[in-house]
Amino acid sequence: MTVSFISNRRNLLAVLAVLILVCVVTPYTGPFLTLLVTRALVFAILAMSLDILLGFTGLASLGQAAYLGVGAYLTAILATRYQFGLGWSFWVVVVLGALAGAATAGLFGLIAIRASGVYFLMITLALGQCVWGLAYRWNSLTGGDNGLNLPGRPTFGIAMTSDLNWFYLVFGFFAASLGILYLLVLSPFGRSLEGIREQEVRMRILGYNTWLHKYIAFVIAGGFGGLAGVLWATTNGHVSPEDVVLTTSVDALLMVVLGGSGTLVGGAIGSAVVVFLREYLSTRVPWWQYALGSVYVLTILYLPGGLMSIPALLSQWRARERGAATLAAPPQ
Amino acid sequence: MPLILAARWLTMSRDDWGRAVDARFWLLQTFNGLSYGALLFLLGSGLSLIFGVMRIVNLAHGAYFLLGGYVALSVIWSTGSWALALPAAALAVAVVGLLMERLFLRPLGFDPLRQVLLTVGFAFLFQQGALDIWGGDNMDITPPAALTRSVLVGGLYLPVYRIFMIGLAVVIGLALWVAMEKTRMGAAVRATVDDAQMARGVGIDTSRISMLIFALGSALAALGGVIGGAFLGVYPGLDFQILPIAFAVVIIGGMGSLTGAAIGALVVGLADNFGKALFPEVSYFTLYAPMALLLAVKPTGLFGRE
Amino acid sequence: MSNRAGTIIGAALAASVGLIGLGATTAAAEELRIGFLAPMTGPFAQVGKDMVNGFEMYLDETKSNFGGAAVKFIVEDEQAKPPVSVLKAEKLIRQDQVHMFVGGVLASTGYALAPVSTREKTVYIPSIPAADDLTQRDSSKYPYLIRTGWSSSQPVHPFGQWACEQGYKRIAVIAADYAFGYETVGGFQKSFEDCGGKIIQKIWPPLGTIDFGPFIPTIKQDADAIFTLMVGPMSLQFPKQLAQAGNTKPVIGGGTSYDEFSLPFMGDEVIGHVSPLQYSAALDTPKNAAFVKAYRAKYGKVPSYFSESNYTTAQLIDDVMKKTGGKWPGPEQFVATMAGLKVDAVRGPVSFDEFRNPVQNIYIKKVEKKKMFGYDKDELWNTVIKTYPAVGQFWTYGKDAFLKQPVYSRDFPPCKYCE
Repeated sequence: MTVSFISNRRNLLAVLAVLILVCVVTPYTGPFLTLLVTRALVFAILAMSLDILLGFTGLASLGQAAYLGVGAYLTAILATRYQFGLGWSFWVVVVLGALAGAATAGLFGLIAIRASGVYFLMITLALGQCVWGLAYRWNSLTGGDNGLNLPGRPTFGIAMTSDLNWFYLVFGFFAASLGILYLLVLSPFGRSLEGIREQEVRMRILGYNTWLHKYIAFVIAGGFGGLAGVLWATTNGHVSPEDVVLTTSVDALLMVVLGGSGTLVGGAIGSAVVVFLREYLSTRVPWWQYALGSVYVLTILYLPGGLMSIPALLSQWRARERGAATLAAPPQ
Repeated sequence: MPLILAARWLTMSRDDWGRAVDARFWLLQTFNGLSYGALLFLLGSGLSLIFGVMRIVNLAHGAYFLLGGYVALSVIWSTGSWALALPAAALAVAVVGLLMERLFLRPLGFDPLRQVLLTVGFAFLFQQGALDIWGGDNMDITPPAALTRSVLVGGLYLPVYRIFMIGLAVVIGLALWVAMEKTRMGAAVRATVDDAQMARGVGIDTSRISMLIFALGSALAALGGVIGGAFLGVYPGLDFQILPIAFAVVIIGGMGSLTGAAIGALVVGLADNFGKALFPEVSYFTLYAPMALLLAVKPTGLFGRE
Repeated sequence: MSNRAGTIIGAALAASVGLIGLGATTAAAEELRIGFLAPMTGPFAQVGKDMVNGFEMYLDETKSNFGGAAVKFIVEDEQAKPPVSVLKAEKLIRQDQVHMFVGGVLASTGYALAPVSTREKTVYIPSIPAADDLTQRDSSKYPYLIRTGWSSSQPVHPFGQWACEQGYKRIAVIAADYAFGYETVGGFQKSFEDCGGKIIQKIWPPLGTIDFGPFIPTIKQDADAIFTLMVGPMSLQFPKQLAQAGNTKPVIGGGTSYDEFSLPFMGDEVIGHVSPLQYSAALDTPKNAAFVKAYRAKYGKVPSYFSESNYTTAQLIDDVMKKTGGKWPGPEQFVATMAGLKVDAVRGPVSFDEFRNPVQNIYIKKVEKKKMFGYDKDELWNTVIKTYPAVGQFWTYGKDAFLKQPVYSRDFPPCKYCE
């Protein structure tokens, strides 16, 4: 499904069009929804980072929230203890956050990459829990269960305290991340990742150092997770161990699968759906948890390719209905 | 972590040491660790069996545990009998597990990731459903008065309920072992765990085995919930609180192995207990860090097969 | 095929139009819009329900009319997660244009919401979060915050003195290992040691511990009494396991160890345990008797401080609106007016100190099994055995001296007599 989907020119234009649409329309939806979209975008970065692992390398991780946590706490600690990151230094924090996420992934990867499948899932779960445990117990550094309050959003020329300005900035980060990951996936490195996902043994026989490839993918995913963490902390103004609980990692995984793994934008769509269901629907009805659970269950059961596979399924269905041979490229 | 442990060891006060080498202290902590391990065995054995036979990581297992506790409460409220609650809860949750396996997991075929995620989706649904049916109060299961006493053994107060937990886990463990090793059904199960394709090749109905094992695993979890309900309570959030611990048991012991589940439960029960008693500050580490390290060295766990 | 691209764009357009429609807000005229943040799903859902019920009971009694203004009460589920509470608060402020937001449960939620009130210049009333510094060392950061519940160390300051009066000299402490635990223990330790007592041990089981097997055997055998601070499921399991381990020492604790949220599910093992709080359902005053009976008839359970605190918050808001003739006076004036109130609440007389924390009675309560308020069954009640009137958050220490010392933490006050 993956590279063929991404390199399809029409799909590319469609994605670009949607991006522009989101950027232009959101400010008109009101301040609360703008905030909601901002949060969805931050989570989309996390989901996309996970998609690199899941959709392109074939590694399902239940510990992605750890890198979000590392980036977020770094931002909060720098802001509260050293008053660093409140002006132009914010950009330095962004880089540091991504590096911190990558470094953590580098450490964890040494332990985790040896495993695969279910065992990889379990190891990443355990490692994610270790980060949570640290955030919870290392009171003097992380504020323990009280968490840390950031002094406010940074101001560099433009005041980021305005939610609208902040939205544009986050959108910029999201678009940039999408672009970078897109290039990564199309590169020879990205192609070899897909080769590993499909037939690891064969790749090894061909002489590829599959462990190194997986490790690098893991580190890159960690780096983007750290970036998402920096943005998350600054969006909310507050960091607490609640941000790195197991359910956050599970949410990220579900977002990717919901949207469609291996499509990059699938993660963004999944993020939008989940954030919308959780944060918006919950303001309207009390049964939103049932809606969320049902969406998960139904998508997993009936849409193996996630929401992104709907157009292809529709056209397949239509082609079948017409009785003509299908012309569309196979969706998977 | 080794640095933290070493530092703690070196800075233990004289009285800490005095306490630590007190035989009574060790005995009591061992006993506590064993009883906690007994509960974990009930929880972990089901998870391990389900994985062994079906290669499914059941993330709804914590929800089954909690559901068992809630069903037991309903039975006790309506009939007043605690003894009846045990089989009733086990049966009810077994049915739930069966339905889930038949209707939702089976159609997915062999797709571990999606199966795992499906169980998560269900866990969320269970959570909200339990809240709507039973409310969110912190509740408790009261066992019969005979079990709530403590006996004085060699100067130590041992709660009878903890003894009961150990006893029940041993009985169930033996029953499971006998079933696995000595019966034809058990042999079929073991064959399926070892190599499902071969098992089908010799005429074993693996789909029926899967169903049976999923129901059994769910029932064991529910039983754990009823027993644990008097000891841990029954409240929303317990399902996701107990889940990582259940996984620690199965991971350390090895997935698919009953002996592994028993060993894993013992190890986790004792390690968690002693870890909290001696090094409470890093108590979460004493559980997850060793788990991660063990998996790094032996990804299938101590007794796992693959 | 452009088919797929077209479908995607079409869907996105439709979604955007829908979203713009959804986001549209309508401002209303002469009504008082109160936003309420409480967990309605997740592990604290029942606490959230109790909070909402308490507030709504007052609304029903006044037919949602506060001094002439029609009250619009909007409840949002914050799931006991600080980032969600911030988001929902923003929603209440931006979209629903509330005049104030009330609630939150955890201290971390209180800390996350307080800056929102400053940033948005909207009144925030934490009716439950008890973190000391919200109205102490950090209070100047939050001019729009006024607390109507309590501060963690407020009830335990007089309790330490009470403990000395009972003749306890050496007390072992076992408390949940988090900020609320530290502040409760810290307050108790300070006043207890100031009147000659000694805390000889501090044990900190992690928050959420339900198996106290590792901790109970380590409690020192030569202590006069055990002081415990437990919350939620911990408060249910700890006394049982302590009793089963053969404990014969007197047990005292923080107010939440035995509050009416958990008490109905406890057994006889807690009879005789003593704790302090600004409210007990067994408070034998006509006002409380009426409150308990009405609440129980309506919601089927005895009210805990979660409900009482929000009921009284509603009452306080009503009193302010009565003074302004039903017109919203603006956030600064609202806070100032409320801070100047002296009311006769269900929990007794309540007024505010200069940091906008309540000054109120603290009741030392003991668990007893008996019949109360005409109910025909013997049940567990927190009988009030002593009242300390007009207790502020600084007790007898004077605010300057108190604020000079650091906030109570795991290491403060230091455990001088720990063995």
